[in-house]
Amino acid sequence: MSGKEYRTITDVKGPLVFLNKTEPVSYGEIVQLMLSDGSIKNGQVLDTSDDQVIVQVFEGTASVDRQTGVKFLGDVFKLPVSKGLIGRILDGAGRPRDGGPDIVADEMADIIGAAINPYSRQSPESFIQTGISAIDACTSLVRGQKLPIFSASGLPHNDIALQIARQAKLVDSDDDFVVVFCAMGITAEEYNFFVHDLERTGALENSALFVNLADDPAVERLITPRLALTAAEYLAFEHDYHVLVIYTDMTNYCESLRQIGAAREEVPGRRGYPGYMYTDLAMLYERAGLVKGKKGSITQFPILTMPGDDITHPIPDLSGYITEGQIVISRELHQKGIYPPINVLPSLSRLMNAGIGDGKTREDHKSVSDQLYAAYAQGRELRGLVAIVGEDALNERDLQLLKFADIFEDQFLRQSRDEDRSISEGTLDLAWNLLSNIDTKYLVRLDQKWIDKYHPTEKSSNEEE
Amino acid sequence: MSKENGVIYRISGPVVTAVGISPRMYEVVRVGDEGLMGEVIELHGDQSVIQVYEETSGIKPGEPVIRTGQTLSVQLGPGLLTQIYDGIQRPLPKLEETMGVFITRGVDADGLDLKRKWEFNAVAKKGDDVSSGQVIGKVQETETIEHRVMVPPNVSGKVKSIKSGTFNITETVCVLDDGTEIAMMQEWPVRHPRPFVQKYAPDVPLITGQRILDFLFPLAKGGTAGIPGPFGSGKTVTQQQLAKWSDAQIVVYIGCGERGNEMTEVLDEFPHLIDPNTNKPLMNRTVMIANTSNMPVAAREASVYTGITIAEYFRDMGYNVALMADSTSRWAEAMREISSRLEEMPGEEGYPAYLSSRLAEFYERAGRVETLSGSDGSVSVIGAVSPPGGDISEPVSQGTLRIVKVFWGLDAGLARQRHFPAINWLNSYSLYPQALDQWYRDNIAPDFPEVRTEISTLLQIESELQEIVQLVGSDALPVDQQLTLEVARMIREFFLQQNAFHDVDTFSDLDLQYHMAKAILSFQEEAKKAIAGGAQLEDVVNVPARTDLMRGRFEKGYEDRISDLVSEMSKQIDASMEAN
Ligand SMILES: Nc1ncnc2c1ncn2[C@@H]1O[C@H](COP(=O)(O)OP(=O)(O)OP(=O)(O)O)[C@@H](O)[C@H]1O
Ligand SMILES: [Mg+2]
Repeated sequence: MSGKEYRTITDVKGPLVFLNKTEPVSYGEIVQLMLSDGSIKNGQVLDTSDDQVIVQVFEGTASVDRQTGVKFLGDVFKLPVSKGLIGRILDGAGRPRDGGPDIVADEMADIIGAAINPYSRQSPESFIQTGISAIDACTSLVRGQKLPIFSASGLPHNDIALQIARQAKLVDSDDDFVVVFCAMGITAEEYNFFVHDLERTGALENSALFVNLADDPAVERLITPRLALTAAEYLAFEHDYHVLVIYTDMTNYCESLRQIGAAREEVPGRRGYPGYMYTDLAMLYERAGLVKGKKGSITQFPILTMPGDDITHPIPDLSGYITEGQIVISRELHQKGIYPPINVLPSLSRLMNAGIGDGKTREDHKSVSDQLYAAYAQGRELRGLVAIVGEDALNERDLQLLKFADIFEDQFLRQSRDEDRSISEGTLDLAWNLLSNIDTKYLVRLDQKWIDKYHPTEKSSNEEE
Repeated sequence: MSKENGVIYRISGPVVTAVGISPRMYEVVRVGDEGLMGEVIELHGDQSVIQVYEETSGIKPGEPVIRTGQTLSVQLGPGLLTQIYDGIQRPLPKLEETMGVFITRGVDADGLDLKRKWEFNAVAKKGDDVSSGQVIGKVQETETIEHRVMVPPNVSGKVKSIKSGTFNITETVCVLDDGTEIAMMQEWPVRHPRPFVQKYAPDVPLITGQRILDFLFPLAKGGTAGIPGPFGSGKTVTQQQLAKWSDAQIVVYIGCGERGNEMTEVLDEFPHLIDPNTNKPLMNRTVMIANTSNMPVAAREASVYTGITIAEYFRDMGYNVALMADSTSRWAEAMREISSRLEEMPGEEGYPAYLSSRLAEFYERAGRVETLSGSDGSVSVIGAVSPPGGDISEPVSQGTLRIVKVFWGLDAGLARQRHFPAINWLNSYSLYPQALDQWYRDNIAPDFPEVRTEISTLLQIESELQEIVQLVGSDALPVDQQLTLEVARMIREFFLQQNAFHDVDTFSDLDLQYHMAKAILSFQEEAKKAIAGGAQLEDVVNVPARTDLMRGRFEKGYEDRISDLVSEMSKQIDASMEAN
């Protein structure tokens, strides 16, 4: 490792430091800055040539001056990994934050992470029961999926994420999940909420936390999720754990990305975010999945808050283009006092079909889900019409659908924060009960054979009476 | 040529600048101590700018850069089919063997297995005059596809010797009088279109089994189509449906900057899916390129060229090839990223000024041609476009729409209503029907074009009526217009909606499509009569036989039963008149 210290800083701009007359420095190498007050900052090489090196400084460049010493550490960023990560709280750069000892490394893992060979992947297909009806019935999650929560400020996305973390289980095995939690720029209050909840339920011992809070360095946020995912990969693919990665808030991550882009005077893409943001996000999200020959898995739950509740904003938009669906939290439902305020209409799980049905959840799952969706969608649309023409203009079918939309929100979506509904008796049977408020002749998405078998009042057995 | 060695001067992400060499544009070079593969994309004074196809972290200025004298090329020959490659034609199974499940770097791999032996059957004879593109022998590459070994470009002469037998692809199978040796493998630089004699206007449809596509917005063999749509609207599902069910003989599927799991899905599924045209697994005719979103962007940029070159190669054998690129927007973004690293003057939204010409050059490589050997071959290109926020006023969508002849516009609203495929029937278009109508009259039904017009007119009228309904409710409309709405609803729910994941519904042949469309029109006709005769609209619409007709499409053997179902419906509608 080279230890030479340079004092050749020429320019400092935002989070970037420019220096010249160095030895050849590698792209991506880590860097230490020694400030005159004795403090140390960390950084990483973003651009390197014989004449100039550009370093991005994670802690920001406050107090950096031309006398600041710069040391190149001869290696790219690596995280010490071992099973000892479980139960630990680390800061956004991977140092202990819980007062505990340093992680004793089994291995030093490059945090950029190599891409999984698409040929080596295995299709995700094991249903994860979250106990939340809206998700389990309509946007079913499978192991190895990346399914973000699209939320907005002031909405209970954290409660939902925690409820999922607490309740998530596989129906066909009792393997437990290890939670890797990654905080990026969230407030201390939000963080405490997470930690207390994990502590309360005893999940903390089964979790690894990487924490960068709102008052921690903004640029550091660019590495925090990479550390978390590196830890997740190690636990999943070296030690067979099923890892649930929750990271929040992707919006803060993207802001940091934008900040670096601006400091480098890059040509911005849409709304000032870098043109490579899609690729950058993909380098995180694509680290979910299952691979051949390994027992473990990585399931990702990124949380992002949509600026201005706008789903077409580049952050949710680019995320949606990469992830395998999305769970959309609705302000309108939240204001109606419904928890969890999940709007199933714009929500989607693209891997759902692979994870549900006979032998996985229940044979009627797909039909029920389609029917719930269709009925609720039509019911909601009718609300708009009723506002204009009044209920009198509606026929019998429309009236039933209109009423169903209310029942669906009130009884199906709504559940308490510690209510853990099983897929079969808890969620699907409830769905049948609610659907029985609509005449079967209008339930066109339900196969007759499922009506005969599951409909509470039209079951074949009832007919015989 | 003596190998010149240079050194790295600068590294910025995937872009490396070298000094001390003077390579040609688009020459392949080896970068750094690990010999990473790169391609020269700009010459600038004494500096050569290189895009590197592998991760560059850890590389230092001063490390070597070595010329290869080659331009970026693909290996063409038996062994392409069923393979899955990265963007620069490295077989992913080979990479797995050497690297494990994660793609590390610095590993070379031939695109084709150079050792594998194939049974070569000569068709040319000693003394024949042969020229480039001419088929000199055949190899049964997969169960269903015969690989036609062609004289490489720029080679011609009299055959001195040729032998059938078992050879690997680099062994000489044919020698010309001037001593030129021909093997089964040839190479071709990906950025150059392969030659042909002339282009023909396409006049045969590419039949996809997708009702809305085949019936309303058909693509011709050799044609071009764009599928723009916001995330989750169905671009990938539609492309996969085409890869599965279209009646092309060869399919090249490019996953360009998209999800890893989607490629896995194709790999898992295709070997088990049976091609309705050959009754053999679909994998036999498929070549896949997978350069997912997290794989290096420079290789993503190249992937599209790798794919189209392979497609052209099979076209040159006289095959109808269909190529899907999902998503061309990610390709354009790769161009944008490289361009911004080169500090080029940006055009609209940061894309390079040459974006639209690159798009045009790419789609220009589609077409139906007379091949060098005088046969008829085609490449159809279907490109997905992923516009930010679903707004197609952006440069990639606009650049694409200026070129392609078919526009399948995916609609977020329809996807949200779970109306799949979520193709908007009001703004999508195809410029091919005129050229194809004769084919439909000859091969499906003499009145096929008229039936299509009637169906699309009904949809048009519906959209106008819907505007009124939004204001006053449907009950306020006169009964004939209410019937029109019911008929249009039937078109949407019974005909346009098609569930890609349903065993039976996933594919409808063109005959069946025609009969389904006719069934809707006969419903309309019978209903009109019945209503004129005093029947209630409600009763007419609700005759059980109509539900049976509509639901029947999910059951096997529907094509045999549809006419009975239609007569039963007519009977019941008739009866509803008498009931009043
Ligand atoms: N023809 C179809 N039949 C049934 N479901 C469909 C169909 N087309 C799309 N879907 C549904 O829509 C979902 C999203 O489709 P798809 O993955 O093709 O979207 P996309 O446009 O490729 O999105 P992205 O841009 O994010 O890749 C699918 O997972 C599936 O649930
Ligand atoms: Mg897609």
